[in-house]
Amino acid sequence: MFVIIMGCGRVGARVASQLARGGHEVTILDLTEKAFGRLDLDFDGTTIVGNGLDVDVLRRVGIERADAFAAATQGDNRNIMASQVARHIFNVPKVVTRIYDPLRQETFELLGLETISPTVLGADKFLHILDPDGVYTAESGELGQTARGAG
Amino acid sequence: MYVIVAGGGKVGFYLGKELVGQSHEVVIIERDAHRAAEIEGELGSIVMVGDACETTVLRAAGAERADLVAAVTGDDEDNLVICQVAKTRFHSDRTIARINNPKNAEIFQRLGIDDTVSATDVVLSMIEQEIPSDHLVPLLRLRHTDVEVVEAIIQDRSAIAGRRLRDIALPSPSTIAVIIRDGTAIFPQPDTAVVSGDEVVAFTTSQNEAALREVLLGD
Repeated sequence: MFVIIMGCGRVGARVASQLARGGHEVTILDLTEKAFGRLDLDFDGTTIVGNGLDVDVLRRVGIERADAFAAATQGDNRNIMASQVARHIFNVPKVVTRIYDPLRQETFELLGLETISPTVLGADKFLHILDPDGVYTAESGELGQTARGAG
Repeated sequence: MYVIVAGGGKVGFYLGKELVGQSHEVVIIERDAHRAAEIEGELGSIVMVGDACETTVLRAAGAERADLVAAVTGDDEDNLVICQVAKTRFHSDRTIARINNPKNAEIFQRLGIDDTVSATDVVLSMIEQEIPSDHLVPLLRLRHTDVEVVEAIIQDRSAIAGRRLRDIALPSPSTIAVIIRDGTAIFPQPDTAVVSGDEVVAFTTSQNEAALREVLLGD
């Protein structure tokens, strides 16, 4: 499959490198050339310096024929915007978005994005190790209720 | 009216100031505490320090009872998220987002934002209106529709120069609304003839724009 990844931080670089090694066609975007230093030395995908929030840039890197899009920049809002453009404007079949803020994650799950929150995953892991027998709900109190009500 | 202004930069500051002057209830949400204190010094205690992208901050600002949320930070993506959170979580009646990239106007609309404002677009359309070209000048697009209002200046060589409207086959749907001749607006009838130099203001759809240009300006 052809995958576009926005953001060549540690996670983006790792996912891109692994997918390329797995034989997939990978294009990775970042605002700085330096970021691509995190990729595998033998990374054989395409690296593009550009802003993934700009639809012209997305078109240029081939979003119209992409099978998947992953947004892994440091900015929740940048990830959210680019992912919605990929999903709802260019109809990319598989889109995954990193959102650090759990409340924003709830909102944009409601709006149809598939999301990963390192905050929630990390906290759950901590809880599981600290208190293996405890039962903890993933939802935040007040806004969890709003989310259930709206959903 | 209760208005939440997200972002206390220059746009947010003056927007807040004008709204307060018009006796609206306003809160400006500004991330930077130092900047927030500056605004408070000038406008009084209508400032809340916080990141308007945060759900809890919008809730504390009273997003649930806001008549309007205006997201006017300098970043398009932040303004999008602020408006979407306000709509989804707090069912805000109306959201307006400031955008820098004019191409985001259509995207934001498709993602549910009621209105966008682009300074880039405003300046651009002013420049375009200055150009006496054989182009259709886009004047505006009607909100929530595909309808565009465009203007063209009829040239000497235009095939329709001298013809009456009833004899001009416009692409459907489109219509000539007003003809400006020597500074006077004419609301045309089927018998009104178009002459060289006329500024023709027409309503059309984006699909028909190219065909309309061909009819109005083609030779």
